[in-house]
Amino acid sequence: MYYKTRGYRIFNVFNTCFLILLALMCIVPLIHVLAVSFSAKSAADANLVGLWPKQFSLEAYKKTINNPIFLHSIWVSVQRTILGTGLTLLITFLAAYPLSKENSAFKGRNVYSWLFVFSMVFNGGLIPFYIVIQKIGLMDSFWVLVLPGAVNTFLVILMLNFFRGIPKDLEEASLIDGAGHFRTLFSIYLPISLPSIATIALFSMVFHWNSWFDGLLYLNNSKQFPLATFLQTVIIQRDMSSMSINPKEMELISQTTVRAAQIFIGAAPILIVYPFLQKYFVKGMTLGSVKE
Amino acid sequence: MRTLKKTWPFHLMLLPAMIFLIIFSFIPMGGIVMAFQDYKPWLKISGSAWVGLDNFRYLFERNDSMQVIWNTLIIAVLKMIFNLAVPFVFAILLNEIRKVYIQRTIQTLVYLPHFLSWVILGGILLDLLATDGFVNQILGSMGFKPIFFLGDNNWFRFTVILTDVWKEFGYNTIVFLAALAGINPSLYEAAEIDGANRWKQTRFITMPSLLPMVVVVGTLALGNVLNAGFDQIFNLYNPLVYQKGDIIDTFVYRTAILNGEMGFGTAIGLFKSAISMILILVSYSLAKKWAGYRIF
Repeated sequence: MYYKTRGYRIFNVFNTCFLILLALMCIVPLIHVLAVSFSAKSAADANLVGLWPKQFSLEAYKKTINNPIFLHSIWVSVQRTILGTGLTLLITFLAAYPLSKENSAFKGRNVYSWLFVFSMVFNGGLIPFYIVIQKIGLMDSFWVLVLPGAVNTFLVILMLNFFRGIPKDLEEASLIDGAGHFRTLFSIYLPISLPSIATIALFSMVFHWNSWFDGLLYLNNSKQFPLATFLQTVIIQRDMSSMSINPKEMELISQTTVRAAQIFIGAAPILIVYPFLQKYFVKGMTLGSVKE
Repeated sequence: MRTLKKTWPFHLMLLPAMIFLIIFSFIPMGGIVMAFQDYKPWLKISGSAWVGLDNFRYLFERNDSMQVIWNTLIIAVLKMIFNLAVPFVFAILLNEIRKVYIQRTIQTLVYLPHFLSWVILGGILLDLLATDGFVNQILGSMGFKPIFFLGDNNWFRFTVILTDVWKEFGYNTIVFLAALAGINPSLYEAAEIDGANRWKQTRFITMPSLLPMVVVVGTLALGNVLNAGFDQIFNLYNPLVYQKGDIIDTFVYRTAILNGEMGFGTAIGLFKSAISMILILVSYSLAKKWAGYRIF
């Protein structure tokens, strides 16, 4: 047995230590931010904080929570995540069913799937897209955050692969009993598809929560920004103009601890759904990539 | 007509998706005519002057745009190589850990950064990688001079590639772990009886078994060779490193949206989309041929 040999045991110890170290490197930056956010301003500004708070303080969180623009951006993000995810789910669920059919059962399938694939591999680029958004009047509207991303071909493929795994007999039995395709989809397929619906919902939620560029591009008024866009302007660009001109609030963004608190609040929902997500995405990922 | 009678629910189900595809995907494709115009917002597409291929000629004449294409290729190709190699090695090493709970814990931790956005990670990295930041403090205590990771043209690409691999290597490992789980254990037993040690088993069983997956992931990545990572670069770069760090997507944003050179920006975008499309189609057909992979 190879794992009883001395050489392998030495390798095993080194290997385990090395990988644990690597894994820690993936979360140490987050722990550092968390520690900074709970530290006193003076300690953080002097770069004294490592992985544990220095002079524990809740000041940064108090200031963050007292900023009405920050709170409103959270509300925008919550709305967009709920509406966007709901819309994506409905559209994906409806579209995947006919696309999962055999070519013989649904002649138009080929045309539709080519349209989907084409939209995935080719696009007009940023500028024509920007002009279309302008033309249809979505500029500066909340809906610009929700509508453009509603159809995601990758998610449709994920869903239709799941549908293909469902035994044909179920559909046939339902159709023989006199149900139409809509009825079959919603009363037979819906309950058994819950795991894959959950996968798609979680992917979509993560997408909406993390999206920041659309807000930056299509919204001129920073009061409408979703959280990710707000964080982008305040933390990355360190741009004062997206805060109100109130000097007290301007002071906020220059502070390391407040920045850290904002980053952590921005990451928190992901950290919360992550354990639920993990159960599903491994399956989703392998489903989407390996297939016969 | 008879088929339509039977299939109308299918068409109806696809209708919402099609409406969205038409508005947000196909209509913008019509806008690429701007690439052949001297587009002026107040004249719209119908009134702007046609300039033929001038925008494209300009693209190849401008020094900065050639530098940008070059940057894009270098960053994207290096990311492709490391995002393939690191997960490959990591998956094999992780597979050697016998204690399931250690393995699971490591997996949970390394997958996490993939789900955080570059705004969050950028915010963290800007502080961590600053000249007086956490990383430079550690380097300093080991006797190194501070490194300006995000503001030095010699370091910026290195930093971008390293942080991208850091964010994605765990997630990219998943497909290799799935392939590892599919290897028939009797292969190892047979090798063991023949006296192969663990390294030889890895060399002659594990690695060849992972090869098809390497081919699939590698060929599919080919289609992305002009995507060097807009989100990441946009959130990490600054004017100091435009020379080595500016990529096509960030360049388009700056020239077209910030400087108003809409026609030129569209031309670069079209250049990128067209080449990407060819590469994606080639890579998908190669993946289908070599590994039996298909998308629909």
